[in-house]
Amino acid sequence: MVLTYILLISVILSFGVFFIPKSLKYYFTLAILGAGIAATTYWAILLYVQDSGADDIRIAIPLLQRSFPLVIDRLSAFFILVINITSLVGFLYAKGYLKPYYHEKNALRFSIHYFSYLWLYLSMIFVVTIRDGLFFLIAWELMAVSSFLLVIFEAEERVILKTGINYLIQMHAGMFFILTGFLLVSRYTGQMSFDALKDYFSGNPNFPLFLLFFAGFGIKAGFIPLHTWLPDAHPAAPSHVSGVMSGVMIKMGIYGIIRVLAALQSDLLITGIFILAVSVISGLFGVMMAIMQHDIKRLLAYHSIENIGIIGIGLGLGVIGLSTGNTVLSLLGFGGGLLHVMNHSLFKSMLFFNAGSVYTVTHTRNIEKLGGLMKKMPYTAGLFLIGSLAICGLPPFNGFISEYLIYAGIFTSLPSADLIHSIMFLLVITGLVLIGGLAIFCFTKAFGIVFLGQPRTGEAESAGEVSRSMLVPQLLTLFFILLIGFGSFLVVKPLFETVRVSFNLPGTDLAGSGYLTNLAGISLLGGIFVLITVALLVYRRYHLKSRMVTTGPTWGCGYTAVNARQQYTATSYSYNYNHLAKPLLQTRKVMKEIGEEEIFPGKRAFKSRSEDILKKILIDIPVDWISALLKKIAVMQTGQIRHYILYAFIFMLVIFLLTCLKLI
Amino acid sequence: MPGVILIFISALFFPGIILRTKSIASGRKGPGIFQPLKDIAVLLRKGSVFSGTTGIIFQIAPVIALSTLVCASLLLPFANQRSLISFGGDFIFFAYLIGLGKFFSIIAALDTGSSFEGMGANREAFFSMLIEPAFFILMATFAMFTGHTSFSGIFNHFFLTGNDYVLIFSIIGIFLFTQIAMVENSRVPVDDPRTHLELTMIHEVMILDNSGFDKALIHITSYLKFAVYGSLMYNIIVPSGWNIFLHVILFLAVQLLFAVAIGLLESFRARNKMNKNPKYLLTISAIAWISFVIVLILTNKLTV
Repeated sequence: MVLTYILLISVILSFGVFFIPKSLKYYFTLAILGAGIAATTYWAILLYVQDSGADDIRIAIPLLQRSFPLVIDRLSAFFILVINITSLVGFLYAKGYLKPYYHEKNALRFSIHYFSYLWLYLSMIFVVTIRDGLFFLIAWELMAVSSFLLVIFEAEERVILKTGINYLIQMHAGMFFILTGFLLVSRYTGQMSFDALKDYFSGNPNFPLFLLFFAGFGIKAGFIPLHTWLPDAHPAAPSHVSGVMSGVMIKMGIYGIIRVLAALQSDLLITGIFILAVSVISGLFGVMMAIMQHDIKRLLAYHSIENIGIIGIGLGLGVIGLSTGNTVLSLLGFGGGLLHVMNHSLFKSMLFFNAGSVYTVTHTRNIEKLGGLMKKMPYTAGLFLIGSLAICGLPPFNGFISEYLIYAGIFTSLPSADLIHSIMFLLVITGLVLIGGLAIFCFTKAFGIVFLGQPRTGEAESAGEVSRSMLVPQLLTLFFILLIGFGSFLVVKPLFETVRVSFNLPGTDLAGSGYLTNLAGISLLGGIFVLITVALLVYRRYHLKSRMVTTGPTWGCGYTAVNARQQYTATSYSYNYNHLAKPLLQTRKVMKEIGEEEIFPGKRAFKSRSEDILKKILIDIPVDWISALLKKIAVMQTGQIRHYILYAFIFMLVIFLLTCLKLI
Repeated sequence: MPGVILIFISALFFPGIILRTKSIASGRKGPGIFQPLKDIAVLLRKGSVFSGTTGIIFQIAPVIALSTLVCASLLLPFANQRSLISFGGDFIFFAYLIGLGKFFSIIAALDTGSSFEGMGANREAFFSMLIEPAFFILMATFAMFTGHTSFSGIFNHFFLTGNDYVLIFSIIGIFLFTQIAMVENSRVPVDDPRTHLELTMIHEVMILDNSGFDKALIHITSYLKFAVYGSLMYNIIVPSGWNIFLHVILFLAVQLLFAVAIGLLESFRARNKMNKNPKYLLTISAIAWISFVIVLILTNKLTV
C-alpha cells in the first residue's frame, strides 16, 4: 500500500518541477524518478521471488473508486525491469550531458524537459501495467507526447522541430490503428481491454485484427516499412533521450505485440510466417542502411531497426512453435526475443550515451571528422567497444545469449520440421547470420573510424575524457551486460518462467532444464576464454619486459609524409559493400564534372549520401503528391470574402437539395 | 582431451607441410618442414616495434584472436569421446568465437591509422561476412541429418543414422570446409599470403605493423585455425568408435592430406580478381544450400 502511495505521490509531485529553483530541478526530478523506480522494481522483483504462486500483483488506486487497477504479471514485471534500469542510467547520465546547455536555455525549458522525462518514465510504466484499453491508450498517448517534447529539446533548430513533428504525426497514425483494434474488440465483446482480446480471437478470424495491432505497435517498434520516423528522431533527440527511446520506448511496441500474440487463438502459422518475414527484412535492411550512415547516432538508430528485427525473429519463431505445438521452439523463440529486448535496452542505450559523450566533447556526430579518440577518452571508448561487441552478438557478452537462444530454437526444431518449416528455418538462419556478419562489418567501421587511428580534425585532436558523472552511471548497465553474458543460466530461468506463464505453455521443465545446462556450458567456456586471455596477456607483458620494445611510425610503404587525412575513411570502408548492395541502396553523388573549357579547374566539392528508399517511396513521394494536390485545391483560397460567402451558400444549397431528395 | 592435444600437434606441422608441398610442386628445393616453427622461434626472440598511433587494441588483439581459437578447439570432439565442453548449439558459439577474434584483428588493423591496413581490414570484414552463411547452413544440414545440435552429437552420430548416402555429406562437407578454411585463413583463391603488393593483400596487409611476440601469436593462430578445420573434416570422414590408436593415426593422416591438398591447390590455382571474390563466396553458400536440399530429399521431407 505504501508503494502505491509513493507512485501516486510521484505522479502528483511531478508537476512541482515547474516551481523549483533552476539549480535544484535536476535533483528534485531525480528524487521522484528514484521513488518511482524503487517502488516498481520492488513489485517486479517481488513477483519473481515470492513462492505464493500468484500470477500477478493487482494494485488498486486508493482515490479512484472505479478501478483502473495496475496489473503486474510476469511479462509486465520483466518490462518494468527493462524500463527501470535504462531510465535510471539515462537520467544520471543526463546531468553531465545537459551541463553545457545550462546557461543556454531558460528554466522553463529545463522544467519541460525534466517533466517530460518523468512522464515518459511514468507513462511507460503505465503502458506495461494497465490492462484496460482506454486507459492504456491514454498512457500510450502520454508516452508519445512526452517523448515528442523530449526530442525537441533543441527546438531552435528548424530541422529538429520538423523531425519532432514528423515523429508526433507518425505516432498518432500508429495510435489510430491500435484504437481501431480496441474498438473492434469492444464492439464484439463489449469490453475494451487486453483481457477481452482472447474472447474476440476465439470467435473471429485472428489474422486481420493482429495485422491492425501489428501496424499500430509496429510503428512504435520500428519494423520495416514502418520505421521511417526512427532514423530521424533518434539523432535529433539529446543523447540520454535517444538512449532511453531506442533502448526502452520502442520496446513498448514489442510489449503490445506480445500481449496480442499471447491472446491469439488461431491463424498462428500465418501470423508466425508474417512476423518472421517482416523481421528478417527489418533486420537485414536496418543493418544494411546502418553501414551507409556517417552520423553516429543515425547509424545506431538504424541498428535499432536491425535489433527489433532480431527480437521479431524470436517472437515469430515462438508463434510458429505455438502453431505446431513445439513447446521448445516457443520457449526458446519467445525467450530469446524477450531476452534480446532486455539486452538491446542495455547495450544500445550504452552506445547512445557514449556517442553522446563523443558529441559533447567534439561537437560533431560525423564519424569522418573523428578518429583517435581511444587515447583521448579511454573510458568512453572502452564502454563503446563493449557495447559494440555485445550488439554484434559476440561472446562472452549478453547479445550472444539471446541470439544463441534463437539459433538454438531453430536448430533443435530442424530435425522434426516438415518441408515448409525446414526451408523457412533455413532462410531465417541465413538471414540471422548475414545480419550478424553485417553488424560486425558496421561496428568495426564505427568503432575503428571514431576511436582508432589518428584524429582527423582539430575537434577530435583537442577532445578529452568526459566527466565522471557521465561515465559512472553506465557501470550499472555494464554490470547487467556482464551478468547476462556470464551468468545467463541465472537470468534465463525466470525468463522461461515468464514465457511459460504468459503463453500458457504446457509442461514444467522438459525443455528449460536442458537449455539451462547449455547456458551453463556457455558461461563455463566464456570463463575459460577470459582466463586464457588474461593468462596470455600476463605472459605477454612478462615476455616483452625482457625484449627491446621501441616506438616508430606506422608502416607507410616507403612514403614518409603520411598525415591523418590520408587514413581510411568510413566511406572507403563501406565502398566495396556499397558496390554489392547497390541494387538495394541508393547512393546519390553530388559533384560538378570538369568541363572541357576549364583549363585551370577551380575548387571542387564531392558529396555522396545514401537515401532510405523505403522512406522515399512510403513517405516522401505520397506526401509530395498530396501537397501537390492540395496546392491545386488552394486556388479556392482567394482571400476575397465574397468568394467565401459564396462557398458557404453553395454548401447550404447542396445540403438543402440532398435533404429534399432524402439522400442524407 | 586427446583431441585438443592432437589439434595442437598437427598445428605445429601444418604450415611446414603446406610449404614443402608447394616447393615440391613448383620444383624448388624449398625450406624444410620445420621452417615455420623456426620462424616463430625467431619472432619470439625478437623485440617489438609499435607504431606511435596504435593503442591498447593493437596490443591485445593478437592475444584475443589466439585465445578464441584455443577455446574453439575445446569444442571439437575426437573419436567417440565427447569434446571437453559440449552443449547443444555449441557450433554457434564456435562460429561466434571466431567472429570475436576477427573483430579484434580488424579493429587492430584500423588502430594503426594506415590506409593500407584499413583496406585490408575492410576486405577481411567484408569477405568473412559473406562466407559465414555457408558454415551455418552446412551445420544446419548436419543437424537435420543426424538430429543432434552439438559438435559431439552430430559427429558421433554422423555414421550411425543408417542412411546409405552419408558419403554425399562427407564429400560436400570436405569441399565446403576446405573452402571455408581457405577463406578464413586468407589463402588462395581469395587471398594470397605470398603476394608482395600491399594493394592486393588482405590478411598480410592487416598485420604489417605487428612484430615480435604479437606476430608470432598471429602466425600460431593461423596454424591453429587450419588444424581446427582439419579436425572438423576428420570428424565427417572417419566414423567414430574404432580403436583409439587407429583414430590417432587417421587423425594425423587426415591433417596431413588436408595440408598437402592445400599446398597443391595453392600451387595450381590462381587467385581471384578482388572484385570477383563476393561472387565466389556467395557461390560457396549456394553450394551449402544445395547440401541442404539433398538432406531434405534424404530425410524424405522433399519427395521427388
